[in-house]
Amino acid sequence: MEFGTSGSLNEDGIHVDMDRLKKGEVNLGTSIMAITFKDGVILGADSRTTTGAYIANRVTDKLTRVHDTIWCCRSGSAADTQAVADIVQYQLGLFAMTNGKPPTTQTAASIFQEICYANKDRLSAGLIIAGWDERHGGQVYSIPLGGSLHKQSYAIGGSGSTYIYGFCDANWREGMEEGDAVNFVKEALKEAIKWDGSSGGVIRMVVLTAKGADRHLYLPDTDYAVRHN
Amino acid sequence: MTSIGTGYDLANSIFSPDGRNFQVEYAVKAVENGGTSIGIRCKDGVVLAVEKVVASKLLKHGANKRIATVDRHLGVVYSGMVPDGRHFVDRARDEARAWRDTFKTPIPTADLASRLGGYMQAYTLYQSVRPFGITAIVGGFDSELDTPVDGEVGSGPKCGAGGKGEGKKHGGPFLYMIEPSGLYWGYYGAATGKGRQAAKAELEKLDLSGSGALSLEEAVKEAARIIYVAHDDNKDKEFELEMSWISGADGPTKGKHQEVPKALREEAERLAKKAIEKDLEGDDDEEEKKEGDKMEE
Repeated sequence: MEFGTSGSLNEDGIHVDMDRLKKGEVNLGTSIMAITFKDGVILGADSRTTTGAYIANRVTDKLTRVHDTIWCCRSGSAADTQAVADIVQYQLGLFAMTNGKPPTTQTAASIFQEICYANKDRLSAGLIIAGWDERHGGQVYSIPLGGSLHKQSYAIGGSGSTYIYGFCDANWREGMEEGDAVNFVKEALKEAIKWDGSSGGVIRMVVLTAKGADRHLYLPDTDYAVRHN
Repeated sequence: MTSIGTGYDLANSIFSPDGRNFQVEYAVKAVENGGTSIGIRCKDGVVLAVEKVVASKLLKHGANKRIATVDRHLGVVYSGMVPDGRHFVDRARDEARAWRDTFKTPIPTADLASRLGGYMQAYTLYQSVRPFGITAIVGGFDSELDTPVDGEVGSGPKCGAGGKGEGKKHGGPFLYMIEPSGLYWGYYGAATGKGRQAAKAELEKLDLSGSGALSLEEAVKEAARIIYVAHDDNKDKEFELEMSWISGADGPTKGKHQEVPKALREEAERLAKKAIEKDLEGDDDEEEKKEGDKMEE
């Protein structure tokens, strides 16, 4: 039996495909994160999308709305994560209409999880769900590759996240003010972009509070110092 | 019922010229023959009670329960045709399970009532079926706590969540009654079955919505008394009282739907019998007076 470098030896039923992407599939080799703060949550992401070494899109939007104040950060296969987010957006829209009240973040997270777990053999999707709702305030859930669900105070994901575990552990605090929280996300992503070859481009953020969703954009031209739009 | 024999009462899917569905009205008649069921929603919980008419002395005492648990926080009681009620409860359990499968969280009482109302209504539409011969009372306690997602790994972080809506109350006790037509409303106190008139009159005397609202334990005792008051000794001699209750997480049942403990039920029955005797004595006096009045006429 041949042992390649991909680790994809599934004939023996023990080794599984480590190379989860198909040949030529678009990858979000990414830096994503979401944190709770005093008034809600903040999602943040870089904007690089790659096909192998080629940057397919340098201004990607990896922060996707699934309901007014429930969003997700996508990593892994662009196609898979878009498809899953589309399904959840439809489900949450239906939920809001039939029940006459907006869904909670945990409702969203559990629908995401159901899809990710049921199709774990076919999907490569690493998702972070973050949302604000009146009852629970800001909440962050992480759904890594196998489809498990983890409630966290903050979550980081994607290839770039490996470089900022220490930074986040040292600098995240409970109940930060919005300004401090935005700054924390920005500094963390700057570091991830600096060290991770598959992360880069602009920094995007979404701030979710009782007031709704607020988008931030920071460009590398000014070393991410100025907020655009 | 002057319309009998006109042919408009033979099938579900035919309206009478004045816009009535007789099959549904006959189903209501079936309910009116069933043992009395009541539900009380008080400030810290819900009580369900039923007058279980003993059809035979050969039936085991305390067996053949009439109040069903649908999910850990939900209970259903019904009056009318028991097999119809059993099927209805099966459906309620399916709905509660389906909700948990998709949303990983217990179904809110209001949403269960809505789904069951829809199910009941569907049985008024088709030639091939008849309406349910029951009126069901659904009681539930929606958790007021931040409940975790079912199957979430660990209990989650102790810190983090910020920006909660301040001072807003969530969850609480809820009570719904669903009729054979599919019509359902939310209630503070609900009664159905043969003794519903007397039971409703008693329920209206209770303070269920005001600030001095009844406590759960008081509601259990009132429920027992109301079932005894509504019971007609002349029609059915023997009956058993079955009661269940649901409190919040800080109450006696910790958010679960459970049978009222034997000790409390027996105490409630003792008080109920005492109250009835007192009433009867009072009634006798009044009747004597009335008779006296008549003599003078």
